[in-house]
Amino acid sequence: MRIALFVTCLADTMFPEAAKATVRLLERLGHEVVFPAGQTCCGQMHINTGYQARAVPLVRRHVRTFDPYDVIVAPSGSCVGSVRHQHALVARRGGDERLASRAESVAGRTYELSELLVDVLGVTDVAAYFPHRVTYHPTCHSLRSLRVGDRPLRLLRAVRGLELVELPAAEQCCGFGGTFAVKNADTSIAMLADKMRHVLSTGADVCTAGDASCLMHIGGGLSRLRTGVRTVHLAEILASTEQGGSPGERGELVVRT
Amino acid sequence: MPATAPGGVGQLRGEEPFPAAARRALADAQLRRNLGHATATIRAKSGAVIAEVPDWEQLRAAGSAIKADVLARLPELLEQLEARVTAAGGVVHWAADANEANRIVTDLVRATGSDRVIKVKSMATQEIGLNEALEAAGIIPVETDLAELIVQLGDDRPSHILVPAIHRNRAEIREIFLRAMPGVDRALTDEPADLAAAARRFLRQTFLSTSVAVSGANFAVAETGTLAVVESEGNGRMCLTLPETLITVMGVEKVVPTWRDLEVFLQLLPRASTGERMNPYTSMWTGVTPGDGPQAFHLVLLDNGRSAVLADGVGRQALHCIRCSACLNVCPVYERTGGHAYGSVYPGPIGAVLSPQLTGVADNASLPYASSLCGACYDACPVKINIPELLVHLRDQVPHPRGESVAMAAAAYTMDHPALFAAAQRAARLSRLAGRRGRGLPPPLSGWTAGRDLPEPPVETFREWWAKR
Ligand code: SF4
Repeated sequence: MRIALFVTCLADTMFPEAAKATVRLLERLGHEVVFPAGQTCCGQMHINTGYQARAVPLVRRHVRTFDPYDVIVAPSGSCVGSVRHQHALVARRGGDERLASRAESVAGRTYELSELLVDVLGVTDVAAYFPHRVTYHPTCHSLRSLRVGDRPLRLLRAVRGLELVELPAAEQCCGFGGTFAVKNADTSIAMLADKMRHVLSTGADVCTAGDASCLMHIGGGLSRLRTGVRTVHLAEILASTEQGGSPGERGELVVRT
Repeated sequence: MPATAPGGVGQLRGEEPFPAAARRALADAQLRRNLGHATATIRAKSGAVIAEVPDWEQLRAAGSAIKADVLARLPELLEQLEARVTAAGGVVHWAADANEANRIVTDLVRATGSDRVIKVKSMATQEIGLNEALEAAGIIPVETDLAELIVQLGDDRPSHILVPAIHRNRAEIREIFLRAMPGVDRALTDEPADLAAAARRFLRQTFLSTSVAVSGANFAVAETGTLAVVESEGNGRMCLTLPETLITVMGVEKVVPTWRDLEVFLQLLPRASTGERMNPYTSMWTGVTPGDGPQAFHLVLLDNGRSAVLADGVGRQALHCIRCSACLNVCPVYERTGGHAYGSVYPGPIGAVLSPQLTGVADNASLPYASSLCGACYDACPVKINIPELLVHLRDQVPHPRGESVAMAAAAYTMDHPALFAAAQRAARLSRLAGRRGRGLPPPLSGWTAGRDLPEPPVETFREWWAKR
């Protein structure tokens, strides 16, 4: 299958390993990955911070860039959530009905990685190998906005060598929330403290999730506390095999100071 | 555009922005323990009884549909309600805002000659600051809901819709009673049963010696003019039946078309709010009944910004709210900051969207940002208010700080030009590699590094890697 990669601005700039792993994984499964030129950012930051009019050109750019493709994937629950639930609304509020209906059509073809694997490609065992004790944080947007359910867990359970440990209070927000993390930094850090306490209680050496943004937040906290626990994007775990690439050229999504 | 709630009266506006108030609350370890414990307990109870109902999702959809219908024909339903209440011997008053409502109630109490009223727990009277208005007129309001009484005696403010004293533990409550409750036994312990008995002795005296009561209403049935109050303690029922005069202050959105509609809400409300299958006391009354209960009944229909909310097609869903507080109990922000940080009698997720709409967003500009948009509130709400959608909608109306506007405009421009975007990515990497590494960032980005490290930038961006492939 020919699959267009929506890399997301954060993964592109800060966490390319998650995106590279997505490419490696899909190619290993026998698919063709294309990277549509001209993509930048879905506009979620502008929309969620209260600048919807500013986001209209970004929505237009995104729709124009991805409209030619039948299947689009992003290694990010929150960006897919924005495409699915916000783009058409923003276009409509901006008075562009044609853009809104095109946005709806693109949204219908856009999948978060675990959705693509399980629902579209029909695989839960991607023949990955990752010999670590791992706990999974479901992230609010994957969990509630996209309702990915247990798809990531099913994928993780099929990974060779991986010991999956349950995260207590997994469904509680880690406190990232985009600009919330800086506008309400104290509250955000209080929420993070509880998330980290739960991660540490599992004894896992890796915390994974489907959103680079939440991992940046949790990883940034774990790094500050020098816990030694690494944050690794789900795509990197699924891309790892016994032959290598475990987990990617840069090693991992570890946050260094 | 209809008027918003006036300033200088009532409790819809905080004295400081949310982040500042939250910072203080976060430093109070006792408060966080009390809140964490209480919300976890209610969440568990509520979750268990909701799981028992096989058609919960259909019930939510029905509740939401009934409310949408009510809002679509609000004037008609209110006129019907007025006609029925009047026909049943009640008197209906229309209050455009808090000042008018306070004046109406004060005049009505004065006319009875009483200098004291007993009160049923009510968010509407909290919203308009009725107690303060009555006190200013020399009338003593006595709260009869146990938690509300604790707040009143403690000279405190409520911090939760359903459990106004959620931020207090029993040792603190004992102290408050010893300090402020008339005639309390000095040997009072902090056992819940002992505390409840002390309140009961005090309240019984008050019930038997007060001739005027003030209540709110959970619902008003337009087809019959029937008012309804649901509660757990029975104090409300005492107030609704014993006095000679009953004055009810009700937000206009509380009307429902028919008795059949109550069926839906009487299932949704107790399970979502207290985690009970049914609330212990449901009191209903229609006008006055000669020889039984209050012989004079006044209904004050309160707008106070609600018409302005109604005028906003997206925002109006906030008026679906039945004040169950489920959204507070699941909110990770509320759980850590408590209700006072929101500066309004409506705290938590619903407060973050309702308060700014009632006052106009400029007066509560920090509240729409008091959320990480995690969406737990939307899932919990028994009438399906899409609070995350509303938060984002309101953020779009907030007057933005100039620096932020400029930065967002620049970012949008850059992101709409891929070559510029790639250049910005390279520039960011260079400045970081030059040794700054996220330390000493200017505000508001300094908020990030207060408790988290920033990741080291990668050697190359994804698009650089792809181009070389
Ligand atoms: S918004 Fe929904 S969950 Fe929150 S108090 Fe109102 S009805 Fe309850």
